[in-house]
Amino acid sequence: MSVRVQQQDFDIGAELAALSDGDTGIGGVCCFTGLVRDLHPQAGEAAGTVRALTLEHYPGMTERQLEAIETEARTRWPLSASLIIHRFGRMEPGERIVLVACASAHREAAFDACRFIMDWLKTKAPFWKLEETDRSGERWVAARESDENAAGRWV
Amino acid sequence: MLKLLYFAWLRTKIGMAEERVPLPAGVTDVAGLIEWLRGRGAGYADALANLDVVKVAVNQEYVPFSHPVTAGDEVALFPPVTGG
Repeated sequence: MSVRVQQQDFDIGAELAALSDGDTGIGGVCCFTGLVRDLHPQAGEAAGTVRALTLEHYPGMTERQLEAIETEARTRWPLSASLIIHRFGRMEPGERIVLVACASAHREAAFDACRFIMDWLKTKAPFWKLEETDRSGERWVAARESDENAAGRWV
Repeated sequence: MLKLLYFAWLRTKIGMAEERVPLPAGVTDVAGLIEWLRGRGAGYADALANLDVVKVAVNQEYVPFSHPVTAGDEVALFPPVTGG
């Protein structure tokens, strides 16, 4: 069980290998990686493409919220190991932002817990994205109702 | 004293990330604190105009606007989160 909030990139292969290393009771590891995309979320808007995102966060509360989400996942599913890494700072399209990985004896728990952690993280972890586009300059990304709905499925 | 933190566009509208203020007379909850902050200047009033897009944490836990505020608290005001 581990949470890391960091500026630097991470190595997915090394992280997943370390997660299951030494526990031969693990039957599956499910992971999700979030990337910076260049496509502007509002299609049709003359905003152009995204050049970079800067992730701001609330040091201290961020770690507490991620740990609480991970703890909740482990009360709901029988996980052998879990990991959340979330980056902050400036990132360009193609860069990795977030990694969630869940290991369990069986795949169902690993799949479900991974999705649950991402859905709750999107609406509870105190991060904010500042977008730089090629045409409209900088703007703060607005929260999406679809993310609230996704998180609400798990209540 | 209160430690006040502002993030994302609340930070840019208010013009600072953090400040320390004495607990204002008569302020007992978050709603009262926000009302007091709105009177401190145009940047504050603009940042806190629409509370549908303002979230609050007291001592790093999400709370409703009715949550009490007492001396020594860390109060953070920020927009709905957009991480992940």
